[in-house]
Amino acid sequence: MTTKTTTLALALIGACVSVTGASAQDMEKCFGISLAGENGCAAGPGTTCAGTSTIDYQGNAWALVPAGTCEDMVIDAAADGEKRMGSLEALERDLPA
Amino acid sequence: MHAHLETQTAFRNGLKTGAVPPGITAVGDVERRFSVYRNTVAHSLTDALCQRFPTVLRLVGDAFFRATAGVFVAENPPQSAILHDYGTAFPEFLAGFPPAATLPYLPDIARIEVLRGQAYHAADALPMTAQSISDALAAGPEERGLTLHPSVRVITSDHPVVAIWAMNQPGATPRPVPPEPQAALMFRLGENIPVVGVTADTAGIVTRLLAGERLGTACADVPPQVASVAIGLLIQHGLIIQVTQT
Repeated sequence: MTTKTTTLALALIGACVSVTGASAQDMEKCFGISLAGENGCAAGPGTTCAGTSTIDYQGNAWALVPAGTCEDMVIDAAADGEKRMGSLEALERDLPA
Repeated sequence: MHAHLETQTAFRNGLKTGAVPPGITAVGDVERRFSVYRNTVAHSLTDALCQRFPTVLRLVGDAFFRATAGVFVAENPPQSAILHDYGTAFPEFLAGFPPAATLPYLPDIARIEVLRGQAYHAADALPMTAQSISDALAAGPEERGLTLHPSVRVITSDHPVVAIWAMNQPGATPRPVPPEPQAALMFRLGENIPVVGVTADTAGIVTRLLAGERLGTACADVPPQVASVAIGLLIQHGLIIQVTQT
């Protein structure tokens, strides 16, 4: 057995020891879990029957730009120096022919 | 009369093209009624995507999301009768959807939402105690594999997806984020699926363990202390359910 073997074994057993005794409640606290009920959507959709009689099956709606909270989420200049957000100019450039 | 399979095939085609399938009758205007049916299919699948991808919806807004979903729905009829499986291909679709190209992080946010949904519906399993894991690894962890809880999911992104995801949960306020890439671990905790930010090293180890690699291989590229942090995190959250002999 190599030295490295021993080190990994020690490190992992150390990991086991360090968490022994941590209670489930402690775990929950350390994560800032969002409030109950707010993440129900993670469960995926249910089996609602969202019927409608409006006929708007498929419009050619591509005058649209992303217009939600992404506008508040401009990511600071990345390595390429470009600010990233949904902007009309950028979108026109990317529109399919 | 048409055979059942033929009728189904024609009906599926009709949903796509709008052509009323042969053999379909209705009281009143059959074309109009069929287009109502088509709309109901499109509308309910779009609603399903809205519920499945609430963070993406919040990021791009209702109008953009519904229009995007409409395109996806038209190209991607359900492959299964299980509605909560619908939309698994949506992240990939977003990655190739030019109008969303200005938001390069969007596909990974959608991936987080798919993974959280999978984690939510994963099987239950009892975790091993830290003591029994320690005992099982004492003889030499290199040759051992770890079976993780069925709900464990991991994502490694080029974008700050943990911050973006968190800022777009109900009640949170979006603001500019630094461009650092982030990785996350997801698993079921009670009735919730937390998105826990982890280092790229931890994400890498978890990914390799999920792929069935033994500890010696999964931890080969990182110092023992880094492996210790990753395994400690898994133990802390009760995510190791079996130590296997490989």
